[in-house]
Amino acid sequence: MTRTSIARRGPNRRSILKGATAFGGAALVLPMGSRMGRAQPSRGGILRTGTAHGSTTDSLDPGTWENDFMIQLAHMRNNFLTEIAADGSLVPEIAESWEASDDASEWTFAIRAGVPYHSGRTVTAEDVVASLNHHRGEDSTSAAAPILADITDIRADGMNVIVTLASGNADFPFILSDYHLAILPATDGAIDPRTTDGCGPYVLDELELGVSASLTRFDGYWKPDAAWFDGIELISIIDPAARQNALISGEVDYIDQVDLNTVNLLRRSPGIEVLSVAGTQHYGLPMDTRAAPFSDNNIRLALKYAIDRQQMVDTILNGYGAIGNDHPIGSGQRFFNTELEQKTFDPDRARFHLKEAGLDSLDVDIHLADAAFAGALDAGVLFSETAGRAGINLNVVREPNDGYWSNVWMQKPFVGTYWGGRPTEDQMFTTAYATGAPWNESYWSNERFDELLVAARSELDEDLRREMYFELQELVSDQGGTIIPMFASYVGAHTDRLQHGEDVATNWANDGHRMCERWWFS
Amino acid sequence: MPHVLRMIAQRLALGLVTLFVVSIIIFLGTELLPGDFAQQMLGQAATPETVAALRERLGLNDPMLVRYVDWLTDILRGDFGVSLANGQPVADLIGRRLVNTLSLALYAAAISVPLSLALGILAALFRNTLFDRFVNASALTSISFPEFFVAYILIFLFAGAGGMFPSMASLRGDPGLGEYLHRAFLPALTLTLVTTAYMMRMTRAAIINLLASPYIEMARLKGISPMRIILRHALPNALAPIINVIALNLAYLITGVVVVEVVFVYPGLGQLIVDSVTARDMPVVQGVALLFAGAYVLLNLTADVLATLSNPRLMHRR
Repeated sequence: MTRTSIARRGPNRRSILKGATAFGGAALVLPMGSRMGRAQPSRGGILRTGTAHGSTTDSLDPGTWENDFMIQLAHMRNNFLTEIAADGSLVPEIAESWEASDDASEWTFAIRAGVPYHSGRTVTAEDVVASLNHHRGEDSTSAAAPILADITDIRADGMNVIVTLASGNADFPFILSDYHLAILPATDGAIDPRTTDGCGPYVLDELELGVSASLTRFDGYWKPDAAWFDGIELISIIDPAARQNALISGEVDYIDQVDLNTVNLLRRSPGIEVLSVAGTQHYGLPMDTRAAPFSDNNIRLALKYAIDRQQMVDTILNGYGAIGNDHPIGSGQRFFNTELEQKTFDPDRARFHLKEAGLDSLDVDIHLADAAFAGALDAGVLFSETAGRAGINLNVVREPNDGYWSNVWMQKPFVGTYWGGRPTEDQMFTTAYATGAPWNESYWSNERFDELLVAARSELDEDLRREMYFELQELVSDQGGTIIPMFASYVGAHTDRLQHGEDVATNWANDGHRMCERWWFS
Repeated sequence: MPHVLRMIAQRLALGLVTLFVVSIIIFLGTELLPGDFAQQMLGQAATPETVAALRERLGLNDPMLVRYVDWLTDILRGDFGVSLANGQPVADLIGRRLVNTLSLALYAAAISVPLSLALGILAALFRNTLFDRFVNASALTSISFPEFFVAYILIFLFAGAGGMFPSMASLRGDPGLGEYLHRAFLPALTLTLVTTAYMMRMTRAAIINLLASPYIEMARLKGISPMRIILRHALPNALAPIINVIALNLAYLITGVVVVEVVFVYPGLGQLIVDSVTARDMPVVQGVALLFAGAYVLLNLTADVLATLSNPRLMHRR
């Protein structure tokens, strides 16, 4: 019955206040009942969780993990070097501590001693080296290869692992929390990508890819105050209605990706709590800035002022989200620019920018499919309605979901996209906005941006860094090639027996995928 | 009898040719789909380097013909290969799902075949009465709704909070027979509702068609009861078309129930082939497609053999 909304309480007080207004002021108001009802965690029970993902073509190889079934399973079975805590801070996991050289280009990680694998061995520095190396090198097929591309050398030294980077990166430990970088046992300097072993909180008993996995608690797990369930059943339920049915009829305790069209009906079911978490997930409409007419920034600005962001949040997200300002940094993040003017629907201003570009009206195609994000086609139609009032004829071209990411995205000049959580500002900008980055989907190139991005990465002075990231966000917002109209909350639902801490992580869905070790049954 | 055996042999040989042609069509069809396995697998995360490395490792750079011939020679040796996606043997992947799919098909058929035969015969017997109209109307109604809609209605009626049957037929653990019949009841009922109309209508039509024949009139004049006329005199001659439509429906139950699988979270072959086509996982797609084609070939053959056996004129043809 209750709806819990959670926004991250970051280290920056101003961002909290700003964040609160962005979510209509409701974000920080937790229902009193659920706050008082929170008891101490207790052990026991089998968590049955239904997830929208999972395919028979999934694989145990960490380099291929890409959907929430495998990613959740990874957090049940494995540990990582670092962990993003529920409050958004970075905390040690397999790496007990770390320190950087002055220019942040050499990092030394002290590996925690005596952490056992399910098979009985203990984690060694060599395992860590091999686990990271699995994603590196020329013949790597790992999806995580680009985020580790900056590493020039990794070596073990006793229980230390020393990583050398091509250039300084003050946020490097954040990257090591990435879900691909699970720590696995190594033999002869290489991990076995098909192993079911791990050093995480639960032991994998049975796995049928695309169907379900069952796990039992690992008695030797090293964290004393974590992993409260006796076991977990992870079930792939792809159909949104089937997922909701399973929760309502009590066949599962938790579901992710609640269908936003029917979320209000679900909220009326007794004993069900809907959990909405405002995070870094955002939906965007990238334009190819190399191609006419998008090569002219006036055209890009005209389109940015021709979209009604609030209407998008209200209709496409059914209110479960926040408006975006054409840059990818969420309002809960450390260096969110609180001083940047929010772009709104302004047909006159759009016409002004059209005129600046020497045009009275504009005809453009946008290529969309719901593979880009749920509701992308509807968003396109809404956009073309509002754009029409600014003299822009936006034609929505419906593309097939199948093959969208290889044939439409980054191939056609104006498309749709989504981005999940990236823990740091640097990682998000480097991945999708730096000149020549493989996922720079708008093919945007800005000299000032590139310079500043590299400088901010190795800057250790927090205030200077903040100033730099503020300017980076402004550059992307005013000159970048991607319209980012909305940030979509992660919306899950659970029975009221299932309890979670006051903080719920915002970096990914399912409490940063750490639900398995942070939540418990009352 | 030798005639029948010869027919079976001929049809099996033709069936092999059909399978061969199907495998070529499926292979070409999957090739024509935009994007290859490496791109699909890496999806939004693909970079040119990782795609190239993955293609190299899986041998996707070989010419199309080479890959097809490689696959075919393996098949002829009885090796279905391994999934490109996770290295599991295709035979294992299919085997588990095949058992599930066949169980559900059998379960649904065990309800729908007797039900539709009985309803068809009764409708023929009481043709043009209120009963006939009611049976026809309800069968046509249930077949006119899309499967997922029928499924949701059943879930609404029979599952939900405190319901009699689970809304998820998930087969985790190893359910015993009783437990299985309970868990899989709603999907089986959905399939029953969407297949009964064909078989019922065909039974009714075939029997009514015969009722106008002179020999039935003769039987009637002898004073035999209408029920006996239909069961003893009309039904044996109406078997051929009924068997055919039953065979086609059985084939459908094996190959075409992906929507029902998704709604009831039932791990069958349908979801397997959808996942594999989406990922362009060629060996699995080929394996499942061969199996589906094989099911059609065998069921059609069975239908023809039974139709021949049921008809003395065909049995003793010169």
